[in-house]
Amino acid sequence: MRRHGFAREALIETLHTVQEYFGYLDKPSLRFVAASLRVPLSQAYGVATFYHYFTLKPPGKHTCLVCLGTACYIKGAGQLLATAEASLNVKAGETTLDGNVSLVTARCIGSCSMAPAFIFDGETAGNVNENALRSKLAGWKN
Amino acid sequence: MTLDELEQIANEVQAAKEKSPRALNVCVAAGCLSLHSDAIKSALEKEVQRTGVNCRVAGTGCMGLCSLGPLVNREPDGQLLKNVAEADAAEIVEKLESVPPERLLCSREQPFFQRQTAVVLENSGRINPEKIEEYIAAEGYQALVRALTEMAPAQIVQEVSKSGLRGRGGAGYPTGLKWGTVAKTIGTTKYVICNADEGDPGAFMDRSVLESDPHRVLEGMIVAGYAVGASQGYIYVRAEYPLAIKRLQAAIRDARRLGFLGSQICNAKFSFDIEIRIGGGAFVCGEETALIASIEGRRGTPRPRPPFPAQSGLWQMPTLINNVESFANIPTILRRGGEWYASLGTKKSKGTKVFALCGKVRNVGLIEVPMGTPLRQIIFEIGGGIPDGHRFKAVQTGGPSGGCIPEQSLDLPVDYESLKEVGSIMGSGGMIVMDDSACMVNVARYFMEFCMSESCGKCIPCRAGTAQMFELLTRMTSGTATPQDLELLEDLCDMVSSTSLCGLGQSAPNPVLSTLRYFREEYTEHIVDKHCRAGVCECNHLAEVSA
Repeated sequence: MRRHGFAREALIETLHTVQEYFGYLDKPSLRFVAASLRVPLSQAYGVATFYHYFTLKPPGKHTCLVCLGTACYIKGAGQLLATAEASLNVKAGETTLDGNVSLVTARCIGSCSMAPAFIFDGETAGNVNENALRSKLAGWKN
Repeated sequence: MTLDELEQIANEVQAAKEKSPRALNVCVAAGCLSLHSDAIKSALEKEVQRTGVNCRVAGTGCMGLCSLGPLVNREPDGQLLKNVAEADAAEIVEKLESVPPERLLCSREQPFFQRQTAVVLENSGRINPEKIEEYIAAEGYQALVRALTEMAPAQIVQEVSKSGLRGRGGAGYPTGLKWGTVAKTIGTTKYVICNADEGDPGAFMDRSVLESDPHRVLEGMIVAGYAVGASQGYIYVRAEYPLAIKRLQAAIRDARRLGFLGSQICNAKFSFDIEIRIGGGAFVCGEETALIASIEGRRGTPRPRPPFPAQSGLWQMPTLINNVESFANIPTILRRGGEWYASLGTKKSKGTKVFALCGKVRNVGLIEVPMGTPLRQIIFEIGGGIPDGHRFKAVQTGGPSGGCIPEQSLDLPVDYESLKEVGSIMGSGGMIVMDDSACMVNVARYFMEFCMSESCGKCIPCRAGTAQMFELLTRMTSGTATPQDLELLEDLCDMVSSTSLCGLGQSAPNPVLSTLRYFREEYTEHIVDKHCRAGVCECNHLAEVSA
């Protein structure tokens, strides 16, 4: 916040930084950011919920991101998402009960040349098939 | 910085290259990087060090043919190596002076490379994107220095107008006209914004340009700042592109170091600086007024135009907004002249266009062709046709705002007008090829789901209309639709496109309208026969049960 001179327009930048450090935006940090930048809490909450990139829930230990861009969709990302949902027993956007894996989706990660693409814990994987997905998820179980 | 100083830097780079002419350039743009090309680069470095041969190993930007990645380009003979693995490092270094192993050889004689014309991508895959000196050696920043020392702002606007360049973000508004409007608007503070919020799924042109040749975009922006009288620029880039952000940050740092950004650039009475703004993953922020709201730190909701951003944009000041690719064209246009640029392309659409070719096509990757190239040539010659013995069905352009183009329109020359005529749009340049395994109703439903969840919710036609259309399309794919639903869908398309506030809503019905126009029989099959010929939708299952 200091870097941006506590400017109100730096709200999104600040939230990005907070999420980068804490993994998500909880109520105390939203309150703190809003107070420091002198913006209404409702505006901070509005921004945090408007942009898909921000999350208000703590992420799991591992993150499995499914790209649902057109190229991935045409090459079967929808079925792969269903597989992931079934094997983790969660819906897209949720985290497993034990807090181990978060299953999230993206509009397009721009890796269309390797569709269907996934990001497992920050590492992009291309041309993912059912077996590769299953074994990756199984590997996280322990 | 003067032209002589630029030449000196270029000469130094050249001299270093002559001293050690052999080089292995590994593509480290996102496509190849996710196939671990960074590990290949370090394996090659280790191997070069171990054997002690005189060879440079460097990372470069995208070489285009992403489906055969990771790619390595060999200097000085320009041989291209495909599908390189870490284990190949020893053999590649060993055979540095002879013919590379057959299995790795990727011919540059194939139509994929031969049929392209590189303007925006001229340096992509040839220079190290993290070294400003290499960009300068490739004639970079010459246009800026010339513009600042030899040209008046009005002359630059004139040159851009002469080139016939039109907005590459998709709408195709003449760039020169836009620059002229902002330049003429009276105001002490003006802004230049580069729209790098590439939200269309299936499009990765801007990402590749930013990752492979970031200085080209900066140069275009600085020239624009000088031409319209702005002193501050912003690049609004998606948070989903961490590598592009990293390379941009490095590029801005280097440009400041050499005095291309800051005060009194090239000793002219002109100061300009650029800041990066990171988006939050909202598709609607690609719309210019929503993007401005987002830079101001608010929710990205559009507002009615006029006033256009050229008159009242960021913080109510005159603002120039252009797409990444539009800015990336500027240095070449100034260097080679507007007339030269206008000699490429068709009567109304000049120059070249970068496309991200993907989906069910053999050669997936990034291509650049002159405007007016027939779609058939792009898909079947450059793209190499449809793999696995399937039949071509449609090509989707323009993302969720575009449409599906069927086989009978494949001889269409690609330009803004003719794509519009067949019910699609140019869009930012995503081109997704679909074969007979794709169901057009399902594709329309996919895009409607996209528009529904990306609608910002400000205006009712878009917020409620997309949800209703999605519901109707879901009924069709699940086999519960009635013939009246189709009528209702068509009515809604008309209503949403004519009454929505911004481009997102106005164009949301396009995928439905274009598939209805060319593949109406598929809709009828879903509704009447409860049959999906591609076998994708659930309605097939229902039909089996009742039979």
